[in-house]
Amino acid sequence: MNRLKNKKFIDKIITFFIIIVAYVVTDVLNNMGMVPSLISGLLVSFCTYSIIAVALNLVVGISGELSLGHAGFMCIGAFSSAIFTRYMKFLGVENIYIFIIAIIIGALVSALFGFLIGIPVLRLKGDYLAIVTLAFGEIIKNIFNAIYLGYDENGFHVTLKSASALKLKEGGFFIIKGPQGITGAPRYSTFLIATILLFICVFVIYNLIDQKTGRAIMALRDNRIAGESIGLNVTKYKLIAFTISAAFAGIAGVLYAHNFHTLTASTKNFGYNMSITILVFVVLGGMGNIRGSIISVVVLTILPEILRGLEGYRMLIYAIVLIVVMIFTNSPFVINYRKNLKLKFNKAKGVKHE
Amino acid sequence: MSFIVNLVNGISLGSVYAIIALGYTMVYGIAKMLNFAHGDVIMIGGYITFVFMTDMGISPILATFLAAICCTVIGVLVENIAYRPLRGANSLSVLITAIGVSYFLQNIALLIFGPNTKSFRSVVPFSAVKFFDGKLIVSGESIVTIVVCIIIMILLTLFINKTKLGVAMLAVSEDRGASILMGINVNKTIALTFAIGSFLAGIAGVLLCSAYPTLTPTTGAMPGIKAFVAAVIGGIGSISGAFFGGILLGVLEILSRAYISSQLSDAIVFSLLIIMLSVKPQGLLGKMNIEKV
Repeated sequence: MNRLKNKKFIDKIITFFIIIVAYVVTDVLNNMGMVPSLISGLLVSFCTYSIIAVALNLVVGISGELSLGHAGFMCIGAFSSAIFTRYMKFLGVENIYIFIIAIIIGALVSALFGFLIGIPVLRLKGDYLAIVTLAFGEIIKNIFNAIYLGYDENGFHVTLKSASALKLKEGGFFIIKGPQGITGAPRYSTFLIATILLFICVFVIYNLIDQKTGRAIMALRDNRIAGESIGLNVTKYKLIAFTISAAFAGIAGVLYAHNFHTLTASTKNFGYNMSITILVFVVLGGMGNIRGSIISVVVLTILPEILRGLEGYRMLIYAIVLIVVMIFTNSPFVINYRKNLKLKFNKAKGVKHE
Repeated sequence: MSFIVNLVNGISLGSVYAIIALGYTMVYGIAKMLNFAHGDVIMIGGYITFVFMTDMGISPILATFLAAICCTVIGVLVENIAYRPLRGANSLSVLITAIGVSYFLQNIALLIFGPNTKSFRSVVPFSAVKFFDGKLIVSGESIVTIVVCIIIMILLTLFINKTKLGVAMLAVSEDRGASILMGINVNKTIALTFAIGSFLAGIAGVLLCSAYPTLTPTTGAMPGIKAFVAAVIGGIGSISGAFFGGILLGVLEILSRAYISSQLSDAIVFSLLIIMLSVKPQGLLGKMNIEKV
């Protein structure tokens, strides 16, 4: 037991160490101008995607439920925080504290939605959860695509119809302009803040896994009925995992929103494809493996940039790799074959089978 | 009168959803897996028909039939290569594999046919029919779609209840272990289910593209997801459930597009799913399964 604990502890330390070293090295190199502009432009994205991949890993890997709507939570975090910062910018307040408040807003709003959507949905199993979260992601994307939000001397105006239906007075401005989204949200996201947020995210999730709550979540993943029979409340624990995951997805959204000048809820940003891309990060990094998620984000984000010539084949390769990895790691035939191979190998080496 | 026009359009779109939903519901009932790639088989069916009709000049009906055959082959191949090795694995890995297959089909289509939208020529030979002195105009596509849907429903119900293969399918969906003991070849039965589902998807693809004549590699994704929603609402595993779920969803989508907001119609459709699942998780006509240890 002690050895196991030690091993886990070392595992955690290694992950934190990797994040810190990666940050310091990249930052120093960046200041010296030795990082190619291609990669230095991606630094915040690395952290953003790492956070959401780790968050999704909590649901898929640790809790064993498939969510295809995490881009939706990211979208909620992005828009709720950007509405706030954009409004503050209009009032002339722009500083780091505003961004910290924005991060908290993004996380809380997203967590709230995670909680609300989780209550009815987490009573369902497996495939249903996947399809409902997918539906949820699409609903969110559609709503942010259709909504118009403006502000003038009479306060906030909201409509789903058109820009002119808002009837903004002179001196008012649009916060969300339908499909054009939010323009001019301040660009607060820096590599340092993004790394700190990633660090916090990894820290919280590691701690969760190590505690009673996390063990209960994993027990329910491994055998729901057995867990229930010893008195674990399935909905409660699944909901905890889902809500925390949604909160971090929201934080990733905040980073995303404040990394670019414009924020739109297009299919490319927050649609189904985005959710799938995040899922690919998680699956290829190893389900349940936090460090793996981060590494796979970095590798899979850099690779297509380097292999520009293969751009057209990128998603095709992803798809094939996804299928092959799933079959190789989960097929009963392949698992048996690998076991036999190992046994043979051990016999050949003269190792006794334990 | 415009309400009735919308209603007819809704039923027509719903019929397409119902045909697609049949594939989902049968595969789910028998193989206990959500075949995410089903929607993309629709798109493949559309492209193959397009190629047959436009590039080779084959007559529309023959082209549709050939495309459906091609889809059947693709469906069975996918089942053999990607899903069969994972039989007995946990459902999460099967689902992720299905997503992988869906992406694979989309990107293959993207590489072969390019990202540009193809304008699909309708396969329906006759033009719109007028009722009530031209007050109510129903397009030929709508009529054909609804008729085809009803024919498929009747044939499929007969097939499943009256033939040996159909009864075998029912048996496998009821209890896989027991049906192996009774001498049913489960692998063949599942392959047959995929074959029928994909054949129907091919036909649905042609009907869908005839009514909405734009064809891109992602054409099938949304209708596929909505058809699954229809299957869930109707009660997964139930054929009549797929039919009613599909019609309900199609009508709801068209009416909300016409009277509420075109941008929010998808959101409304998906909200129905969430409400349905929180109120009656087994769907309109589905059976409640209580898990036993």
